[in-house]
Amino acid sequence: MDEKDIQVLIDGTVNYFHRVVDKSTEVGTPYLADHAEVVVSDFTGIIGISGARRGSIYFTAPSAMLSHILLKQGETDRSPELMADIVGEVANTISGNARRAFGQEFIISVPSVLQGAAARQKLSLAERAFVIPISWKQYNAALVVSLT
Amino acid sequence: MPSIPQSNMKILIVDDSQVIRNRIQRAVGHRKFQQILTAANGREAIELFKREKPRVVTLDITMPEMDGIAATAEMVRTDPTAMILIVSAISDKPTAIEALKRGAHGFLLKPFTDQQLTDALGMLMKGL
Repeated sequence: MDEKDIQVLIDGTVNYFHRVVDKSTEVGTPYLADHAEVVVSDFTGIIGISGARRGSIYFTAPSAMLSHILLKQGETDRSPELMADIVGEVANTISGNARRAFGQEFIISVPSVLQGAAARQKLSLAERAFVIPISWKQYNAALVVSLT
Repeated sequence: MPSIPQSNMKILIVDDSQVIRNRIQRAVGHRKFQQILTAANGREAIELFKREKPRVVTLDITMPEMDGIAATAEMVRTDPTAMILIVSAISDKPTAIEALKRGAHGFLLKPFTDQQLTDALGMLMKGL
């Protein structure tokens, strides 16, 4: 992954949050993931990538933030089931949007969702994985890009 | 074909995300469809489509069981007069063209605003 590739995903993240959540959402400077301390929060939505690139993209966020995102989408039900649904949908939307730049050979899977810190054991990161930090109100989330 | 009043029509909303299904359902609610049907994957959507004969369909592309492109083709084979709106995050031009070639009538890119959704549905229903 080069800088241009990372920028595509930063732009996709900004677009999603500014359009769906709030223009005050801040997307920070990406940094290399620490393999000893994989970034996970309450819910993690994972998209498997195959084709010309391989690996995964995941979005991880605290339940309080997901609850607010559901509210922004007009949901009154903010159950754990819907939090799992929306965390997967965010990962799916940002990954799907990246095909405009990466092309048809950037093949995305349907989302899978993990709950809690147990996700840390189940996620395997590429040698150079990047964390794109996202902050909105008092909440911190991240998009993690692990592609070869 | 004569136009059918919206109140006699059914709409089928297909997406593997319940949040998206709910959101589209709320947006179409005021249009007084006779019935709003929902499905979470392409195969379930085809079964409902054949049984309930909806005139309007919104369809995601990336779904389990059967994707939205294959489901579009199957729906068009079954009833070429149904109006199909693809609602997907897949943003590359060849995929959008492929969906339109298979018979979809419109393409709404996720993430969308409520206004974009309303406009896309309005445009779609002009074709009925």
